[in-house]
Amino acid sequence: MADISQMTQETDPAKPTLRARLEAMQESDLWYSFRSHPSAIFAACLLALVALTAILAPVISPQDPYDLAALELWNAEIPPIWEEGGQWPYLLGTDTQGRDILSAILYGSRISLVIGFASVIVALAVGLSLGLIAGYFGGWVDNVIMRMGDVLLSMPFILIAILISAMATAALPTGLKDVLAAPILIFAIAVPSWVQYARTVRASAMVERKKEYVQAARLIRVKAWRIMLHHILPNCLTPIMVAATLNFGLAILSEATLSFLGVGMPPDQPSLGTLIRIGNQYLFSGLWWIVVFPAVQLCLIVLSVNMIGDWLRDALNPKLR
Amino acid sequence: MTAFLIKRFANAAFVMLAVALLAFTIFRFFGDPVEMMVNEQATQEDRAQLRERLGLNDGFVTQYTRFVTKAAQGDFGISYRNQQDVMVLIGERFPATFELVLVATILSLVIGIPLGVITAVYRESRMANALQLGSIVGVSLPSFVVGIMLILAFSVSLGWLPAFGRGQTVDIGWWSTGLLTPSGRAALVLPALSLSTFQITLVMRLVRAEMLETLRTDYVKFARARGVPARRVHWVHALRNCLMPVITLTGMQIGNLIAFALVTETVFQWPGMGLLFIQAVTFVDIPVMAAYLMLVSFIFVALNTIVDVTYAWVDPRLRDDTATAGGANG
Repeated sequence: MADISQMTQETDPAKPTLRARLEAMQESDLWYSFRSHPSAIFAACLLALVALTAILAPVISPQDPYDLAALELWNAEIPPIWEEGGQWPYLLGTDTQGRDILSAILYGSRISLVIGFASVIVALAVGLSLGLIAGYFGGWVDNVIMRMGDVLLSMPFILIAILISAMATAALPTGLKDVLAAPILIFAIAVPSWVQYARTVRASAMVERKKEYVQAARLIRVKAWRIMLHHILPNCLTPIMVAATLNFGLAILSEATLSFLGVGMPPDQPSLGTLIRIGNQYLFSGLWWIVVFPAVQLCLIVLSVNMIGDWLRDALNPKLR
Repeated sequence: MTAFLIKRFANAAFVMLAVALLAFTIFRFFGDPVEMMVNEQATQEDRAQLRERLGLNDGFVTQYTRFVTKAAQGDFGISYRNQQDVMVLIGERFPATFELVLVATILSLVIGIPLGVITAVYRESRMANALQLGSIVGVSLPSFVVGIMLILAFSVSLGWLPAFGRGQTVDIGWWSTGLLTPSGRAALVLPALSLSTFQITLVMRLVRAEMLETLRTDYVKFARARGVPARRVHWVHALRNCLMPVITLTGMQIGNLIAFALVTETVFQWPGMGLLFIQAVTFVDIPVMAAYLMLVSFIFVALNTIVDVTYAWVDPRLRDDTATAGGANG
């Protein structure tokens, strides 16, 4: 066993330095394709800007929207700064409690991005491991896992997410509900989305495990998990990467939808969806800025993620080269 | 073919049993049904009696079997919240959702197909590029955001169309329709448009991709060479060959539209099944939730089975076991 691992070490090319990696990246097809697609560059810049402002929210936002002491009622319902009655520093106006909309959006984007990202990671981890196990071992293990996936796919995505989120919230005591709101949402969105990854990786594992190099590796008793992770998984990373990018957009959308429906983030730690839900109540009272700006931000995030995903799908598709 | 049919139906039945198990688990283990049904003054004895009458003391398998048998007959019990038969509640709401989904589907075809053809035929034009970009925007817009924006524009600012409710409805037997009155039709416009946004872009992208393939085929070139007018080549000869996938997609998406209608119904306070479900979620009215889950899943599974069977009927190669069982197309 030790010999083998040493041998694989030696046959690996020397660990590249960061600089060598950067240079390799600049010469790659992917980077070339990226540079020649203005829409991809635009989307990446937009997403970077949104992520950066979300990370730096505590530093750059004019107000801490969670600090109730900082809210002053006489600052309530101020319109955006370019409208009549707008006031510095409330660039995008304030809501009915005097909360600065821009600050609320920056903090809200943070929550939306984190939940979207985390649910993709959880779904990836579960989907890839179950898919590898199902495809590699086959038999009844495969049957159980894939049947589970079939059942999940036979119900609409949004319905499963709503049910899980609602049930988990109903089962928890009041004190824990708000604390666990984000983890519940991550779980609720990850459950219906792991199947896609599992199916992709399973199909690949079923093909690869019959190939000679895998047989050879098994003969010299390379451990099963090592074969799966080091030899089978890399074969299907391309479609997985595209799916994960597009699912990131879908996850942010789903989180926003759940929060909008009232089964997501509570009003005291609002995500973009919660902000839209709150703003929706003032639709008919002329306070349009409370709902419009969070909605625009949400659309921009999902749009940029989808544009990157679309570009990635075309760029990585060997048929289109 | 018989073997395939048996297999496919067995598969569908298995999925429905699993969904029923999920619904039953929710029903049985989230909150005590007895506590939900009795009023607060009920004595310990009353509760024990009700527990016995509902059969909650039986074994798990017995209870599950009873749940499935009753569900198959459309009996989901009594709503905790307003003490009405769940199936009656859902039956009242079904026409509203059905009409919304139907109109949204028609809209998606009427708008999506021409846009798809145009973007494929005039591929290099500026308009096609704009439409192509628009389609990415279309799939990125959350449907509730579309709904809110439509309300802001057409109800709040312009005051042209109503923002909530179904308008006046007419009863035909047990079916209440909003399609026969002017106010009913006006109330339908915005919800249907917001529900179909995503579907329009989906249809458009599919038609575009199919058209691009078809326009390269020999028979299209031949038709052109014979002097058939371009418009006729595009809109009759080529388009006809693109419609099969569109019909499949539309059929399979109906289940998703019904599920997504719950978001649209919440935005527009549309009195359909989805709104009933969301209200049931808020009040933890579990019989209603379980019934809705079973019904939507049933429609979903039924549509998928019909599509699969139709395909196998048209294309015998798909009856082969390996092609259908593995989900090889991921």
